[in-house]
Amino acid sequence: MNESLLRALVPAVIGVLVRRGADFASAEDAVQEALIRALETWRDDPPRDPKAWLVAVSWRKFLDAARAEASRRGRELEAAVQPSPGPVPTTDDTLRLFFLCAHPALPQAAAVALTLRAVGGLTTRQIAEAYLVPEATMAQRISRAKRRIAGLSLDQPGDLGTVMRVLYLIFNEGYGGDVDLATEAIRLTRQLVALIDEPEAAGLLALMLLHHARRASRTGPGGRLVPLAAQDRGLWDTRLIAEGVEILQAALTRDRLGEYQAQAAIAALHADARCAAETDWVQIVEWYDELLRLTGSPVVRLNRAVAVGEADGPQAGLAALAEVSPDLPRYAAVAAYLHERAGNLELAAERYAEAARAATSVPERDHLTREAARVRHLLRR
Amino acid sequence: MKYLLLKHYRGAPAPVNDVPMDQWTPDEVDAHMQYMRDFAARLEETGEFVDGQALAPEGAFVRYDGEGRPPVTDGPFAETKDLIAGWMVIDVESWDRAVELAGELSAAPGAGGEPIHEWIEVRPFLRASTTVTE
Repeated sequence: MNESLLRALVPAVIGVLVRRGADFASAEDAVQEALIRALETWRDDPPRDPKAWLVAVSWRKFLDAARAEASRRGRELEAAVQPSPGPVPTTDDTLRLFFLCAHPALPQAAAVALTLRAVGGLTTRQIAEAYLVPEATMAQRISRAKRRIAGLSLDQPGDLGTVMRVLYLIFNEGYGGDVDLATEAIRLTRQLVALIDEPEAAGLLALMLLHHARRASRTGPGGRLVPLAAQDRGLWDTRLIAEGVEILQAALTRDRLGEYQAQAAIAALHADARCAAETDWVQIVEWYDELLRLTGSPVVRLNRAVAVGEADGPQAGLAALAEVSPDLPRYAAVAAYLHERAGNLELAAERYAEAARAATSVPERDHLTREAARVRHLLRR
Repeated sequence: MKYLLLKHYRGAPAPVNDVPMDQWTPDEVDAHMQYMRDFAARLEETGEFVDGQALAPEGAFVRYDGEGRPPVTDGPFAETKDLIAGWMVIDVESWDRAVELAGELSAAPGAGGEPIHEWIEVRPFLRASTTVTE
């Protein structure tokens, strides 16, 4: 049994424990312990029924913990574990866990961690490694998050927007440690789409698939960043692109446009071009207009300026850029790009150097430094 | 023994090969970055690498301003401020080994493919516990 199949069982097992009367926080802890045990022992001795094994071991861990707690407080165990009297829940446990873990009351980093553990079935250690923090820190982040949502019922309707934002954050984290967070985010979003009839969730999945399809081409030797126009399109995963496009088209026919569908549409137009020169920038600008109408986001306005520069020429792009706040992180980089295309090499070189100083990641900084060097070099020839 | 190797944006004595990076050729930029990656990879192999991080040049000084008041911030930094660019933490046998490695880091190629001879600050960590001596 591979690890992702094991992980997929986790939310259902938490659901079983909760329905047997465990509170969410204790149930989640017990399943995490059982999960770690499974990872240690299943390779040599796999159970015939993995889910039954997980339920049995988790329940035993839960009872042990409840007994210890009861004796610490000098109470009987019966008081600690009472079957919940409410009606049998009808919605799927996994969906309710999505809503609980990605709760709007939680800080984003906590919602991310809790989602990865309770819905994603990752261990605290794996999550800590992926986010480059000590395991004890991540464990605290998760237990604080659980205390924060302790009083909330699993039956309340959740906030889908927060769930989608959390999944997209996980996707964008990429990979660190032995877990590929992008793949994990796609797996979780697939689950969400299967559970809920919502075009935006499908749009988010399409967006992830279309971005993920280009991953191999996005970095060159030594981890260097390769911009879209320079990517080797032969490396793009056509199967993922086809799937993303199909999901997007089905979502768009529902006529309930949202920001993820619009972003996926832009990604699909890029994926559709056999070479950078064949990109349908006019349509891309139209989608940016939609996206701007939907979100009003300054970042969208900035990216739109690039698209306008490609569709209508660098001067039009610079005019569109004039409507954007210069405080945005990637502003200088966009300005540099448009100035270079407009033939203002001196200005472009300065802006690239400035953009490198404002970069928020090492690969981005290195890329922009290289661009500055490249344009300076053109000037000297 | 753990040591901190500190790189500076400014505040260290001027290096021998002192040309801003955006004035190198793109190949020289690549060669420099490759050297830095190889250096870290080699230290991981020898079991001496602990951590490495790069810092953005922007930031601010912050201090407490009394009960019930928000902290005071003072930024952006003055041109004269010593500015750390990044660090590497190494765990090595001796001060001499730390110096040897700092020397290698300082030999990273820059403009013209020549070593930068950048000054690297080397600082021993104070240990968290004392050795029992009685």
